[in-house]
Amino acid sequence: MTYEVLGITVLWLFLYGYLIVASIDFGAGFFHYYNKESKKDYRINKLIQRYLSPVWEITNVFLVFFFIGIVGFFPDTAYYYGSALLVPGSISIILLAIRGSYYAFNTYGAKDNRLYSFLYGATGLLIPASFTVVLTISEGGFLEVTDDRVQLQYGALFSSGYSWSVVILAIVSVLYISAMFLTYYANRAGDPQAYQLFRKYALFWSAPTIAACVLIFFTLSQHNPEHFSSMISIGWVFFLSLLFFCAAVALVYQGKYLGLAFVLVMLQYGTAWFGYGASHLPYLLYPYLTIYDGFVNEAMAIALIAAFIGGLLLLIPSLYLAMRLFLFDDEYVQGKK
Amino acid sequence: MFEADPVMLSRILTGLTLAFHVIFATLGVGVPIMIALAEWMGIRRNDPHYTMLARRWARGFVITVAVGVVTGTAIGLQLSLLWPNFMQVAGQVIALPMFMEVFAFFFEAIFLGIYLYTWDRFKSKVRHFLLIIPVILGATASAFFITTVNAFMNTPQGFELVDGVMRNIQPLEAMFNPATPTKTAHVIITCYLTSAFILAMIAAWKLFRGNDHAYHKKGLHLSMVAAFIFSIGTVLIGDLSGKFLAEYQPEKLAAAEWHFETETEAPLVLGGVLNDEGEVEYALEIPYALSILAYGTPGAEVEGLNETPEDLWPPLWVHYAFDLMVFIGMYLTFISGAYLAIYKFKRHLLYNRPLLFGIIAGGPLAFVAIQSGWFYAEVGRQPWILNGLMKTAEGATQADHVGLMLILFILLYLFLGISTVLVLRGMFKKKPAEQELYERGIETRGDSA
Ligand code: HDD
Ligand code: HEM
Ligand code: HEM
Repeated sequence: MTYEVLGITVLWLFLYGYLIVASIDFGAGFFHYYNKESKKDYRINKLIQRYLSPVWEITNVFLVFFFIGIVGFFPDTAYYYGSALLVPGSISIILLAIRGSYYAFNTYGAKDNRLYSFLYGATGLLIPASFTVVLTISEGGFLEVTDDRVQLQYGALFSSGYSWSVVILAIVSVLYISAMFLTYYANRAGDPQAYQLFRKYALFWSAPTIAACVLIFFTLSQHNPEHFSSMISIGWVFFLSLLFFCAAVALVYQGKYLGLAFVLVMLQYGTAWFGYGASHLPYLLYPYLTIYDGFVNEAMAIALIAAFIGGLLLLIPSLYLAMRLFLFDDEYVQGKK
Repeated sequence: MFEADPVMLSRILTGLTLAFHVIFATLGVGVPIMIALAEWMGIRRNDPHYTMLARRWARGFVITVAVGVVTGTAIGLQLSLLWPNFMQVAGQVIALPMFMEVFAFFFEAIFLGIYLYTWDRFKSKVRHFLLIIPVILGATASAFFITTVNAFMNTPQGFELVDGVMRNIQPLEAMFNPATPTKTAHVIITCYLTSAFILAMIAAWKLFRGNDHAYHKKGLHLSMVAAFIFSIGTVLIGDLSGKFLAEYQPEKLAAAEWHFETETEAPLVLGGVLNDEGEVEYALEIPYALSILAYGTPGAEVEGLNETPEDLWPPLWVHYAFDLMVFIGMYLTFISGAYLAIYKFKRHLLYNRPLLFGIIAGGPLAFVAIQSGWFYAEVGRQPWILNGLMKTAEGATQADHVGLMLILFILLYLFLGISTVLVLRGMFKKKPAEQELYERGIETRGDSA
């Protein structure tokens, strides 16, 4: 494996991690607000909070890791994406800022406030939608690149079927992943009422998820046939993803092996995510930037990889400790601690 | 006209975000150490007042950390959005510490989560105390790493520039550049100092308002002792920072001191104004003091601004920022020293109102010093973004709409700033310390020292 491929794989892996943990968080925020407005049992929201409280900051770091890492490994991305994304990027930052701070205010600070809870729920869907711009423009066709300027073509972006189908996929995925996780978590917490509710949500959102995937395939084939054909050439990966999806939904439908069902969801997204990423290579930004011409110098690459390994040695045991205390400690999950 | 200059707007937006972030970052680095001290005292002396201090400080801390995290995320992304050219070039050399900073955050975030949610979960109190240690290490390490990036911008090294391209790159040499030792040490210790003063301010405020509960007295004492030690450290390291500047960035020091001609036995200029001929008026001059600040001896020769072409001078108003910081440094040392002297020799006068008032003023003043110190350090580097190599104007984005983004961010920070204050007030007003001590069965009502 070349350094370039290693670098992008590590970053892609972290973005995948963010995709999973942030989807849980974003969706939970939305359900929290929705349940509150529709006067569903209040205990269910306690359950959501018990999961989210200790981990929201950790979730955020996954994102920071990705964007610091990508300009570290591929400094040219700072130039292209940085120049193009000033407006959408700033909007994402503002949404993230509102979400993070109001979460903390609502949970630790003042009493449960309806406005905070609304902001928290709404940003949960808007943030993933705004992030998709990055993936969308990476397919090419939305930038005007001249010698000293990179400009985003808003007209092309907003009128593209592809870009809207990515937005739809992002939103339904958030709701689906989150509901699948909370089904599992509620079951562990021994809360049958919450379990039934989230199971219902999970099943409800499963069909739109697949429909959105089909839509993406279709619109991508129009938008970037080159990428589409390399996706077809590894079509088995996406087929595998579909199998994981069917198995996960089947398990939740029968209400059995919910932990396994969530692992299958992770595999479903993992295969699709890496399939998408691998077929996108070598481009970081089609057709201007590949991983080879945008890569950092070799000395820095080695230093970053060494730092990465050192960092993992520090983090894995710590994450393990946190998961043992909060996720896999039945008494904590059940609210007895 | 405003819309026309993305460089100026980018600078304003960067400065704004950093100035807002650094408020929370400072507390993020400094408060964990104070929490640790309080919790440790609580265990050592078996005194629930200290444990309660640690608990309540930690609860407020969560709020400031949250705002620190979101504004930090903002600045991290903004660096690429507003300075794409700078990041593209400098990223080749300086990615390592930024990357390591993220690991430090990660480490801190994990243990902070654990610390906050395990107050009563372990049988042994020491075990819970141990969980704050990684939080301190993570926060201080992240301050260290990010400050090395800033140090690099002041004294870039660890590469060769061939036709505008960086070659032969040595990441560690870039990270440990000449500015690193003084800069990181000064930043970290001032975070500690400021946090200690903010906590002292809260306790002093309670006492000032006539609440003489032992809980507040202990809080005041603990934070004053810590603040005194940190303030001595701050002044000593600040002095070393001056010596660093004299050697590596003489034009920055000269601008701060309005030192126009290279000379020996240079005096230190305090305050004053510049008249139309560019001469200093109404200033207080301390003979030899600049030579001492710069080299430690009264006879040393100090480089003046005459050695630098005028178009490369930093703005001369940084003089005031520098003076303000140094003055506040002296003040904080003095007031915490005064507290300790009275504590030792005239204890019955300890809670006198002028002293309490002086301590209360120290909290906001410490933040003024942080801000003026950073404005001095950053503006004093102008016109360079990478000292001597890349001008600030070359690093900025060419994108449209920077002005609009600036307005959005101003609104965001207003919103966040006001909410933070309201939430913190609400949180502690709702449940004063006395009530919480009572509820936890630590003491009965009306009990006080
Ligand atoms: C509570 C805050 C505080 C206080 C009381 C002081 N400082 Fe400071 N100073 C900072 C907070 C700060 C800072 C915010 O941390 C800066 C900005 C950039 C940096 O490296 O640290 C700084 C920068 C800074 C610099 C510029 C370093 C550079 O640009 O590389 C010098 C020369 C000093 N300081 C010197 C002093 C002296 C002699 C002080 C003593 C009385 C002093 N500072 C008190
Ligand atoms: C956290 C404390 C910091 C504060 C309060 C701060 C403050 C400022 C201010 C006020 C400016 C605008 C100066 C001007 O243009 O006139 C500025 C510029 C800048 N700072 Fe800092 N700074 C801090 C630390 C850092 C660090 C650690 C970095 C490096 C990663 C950094 C990178 C920059 C950049 C890229 C600019 C824009 C170029 C410039 O105008 O100099 N700053 N900062
Ligand atoms: C010397 C000045 C600075 C200090 C002391 C400092 C320190 C901190 C602290 C204490 C936090 C809160 C994180 C936590 O408690 O977990 C934070 C957040 C953050 N800071 Fe700063 N910071 C400084 C300047 C900067 C600059 C210039 C950048 C941009 C490169 C930056 C990037 C970040 C990021 C990305 C976060 C969010 C990390 C997370 O998600 O946990 N900081 N910083």
